[in-house]
Amino acid sequence: MVGIVIVSHSENLAKSVIELTAMMAPDAEIAPAGGLEDGSMGTSFERITNAIESVYSEDGVLVLMDMGSAVMTTEMVIENMPDKKIEMVDCPLVEGAVAATNDAVLGLSMEEIKDDLAAASRTPKF
Amino acid sequence: MADNGKILEIIRAVSQTIEAHKDYLTELDQPIGDSDHGINMARGFEAVDAKLASMADKDVGTIFKNVGMTLVSTVGGASGPLYGTAFMRAGMAVPGKMTIDMNDFLKMLEAAIEGVKARGHADVGAATMLDAMVPSLDAAKTAAGEGKSSGEALDACVDASWKGAESTKPMVATKGRASYVGERGIGHQDPGATSYSYIMEAVRDTFKGKD
Repeated sequence: MVGIVIVSHSENLAKSVIELTAMMAPDAEIAPAGGLEDGSMGTSFERITNAIESVYSEDGVLVLMDMGSAVMTTEMVIENMPDKKIEMVDCPLVEGAVAATNDAVLGLSMEEIKDDLAAASRTPKF
Repeated sequence: MADNGKILEIIRAVSQTIEAHKDYLTELDQPIGDSDHGINMARGFEAVDAKLASMADKDVGTIFKNVGMTLVSTVGGASGPLYGTAFMRAGMAVPGKMTIDMNDFLKMLEAAIEGVKARGHADVGAATMLDAMVPSLDAAKTAAGEGKSSGEALDACVDASWKGAESTKPMVATKGRASYVGERGIGHQDPGATSYSYIMEAVRDTFKGKD
């Protein structure tokens, strides 16, 4: 199963996104990487690395981020793990996480999930 | 010329100047960002400072790569990956060197700038640290090209850096948190361009042997 990682400046926000995805896809391999080691706001290289490793399999890992340093720090984490199948996805965090976890538990590949997330970015809310 | 010992002394001075200006850097970040630039930078350079003793016998390239990696791991905000990339790329420009000269310094700064541009998908004119970095490199290059001493080239570098930081005031930021503030950010000096200028000032002062 493709693993999903949620990177946010906020520890609570990352955990809450997963709380929400668990409503539809409780069996998804999804991990939070929110906040700094002391719980304060920011993005942690170590937390992102650990979260990726915790859900990693040969099927790969997709990382969804909030903004700014979440994107840049994730980019550096991925550069630091060159032999692994990990990609960032540019999509709305909540809708993307819901779509990605539903797809992942159905056994879709990383490429298929990315296509769905691209569609999620274009889907109007109303 | 600066050997690896001098480089460690310079980085220690950089850590001290960041700590000394922590509150001001955070203050600059309040109206346009998330009020953490000084706090984040000070946390990062405190971690760097703690590791300097273990780098005593390392070459300059390795020292810079270690500093960059430490910043990425500890800063927690956008300045982590940006300064982290800058230091790592600067280190990669001088692999294995125990001593660097002005030419190496220029190469390191150039590599750092390319790294920041690539990491931040930014260039000059977007009210970022690049608005201080790019003119500071140009000024140092020009001075060195005119045959001026390393100290004079660093003076030109620092002056151009502060002017560059000042030049961000009328700009509308298009990168990072400040881009959400839009035109309300006009009149505010970019915190990253400011921290970079303090860093260059510490480099110059320590190189010249001032207190």
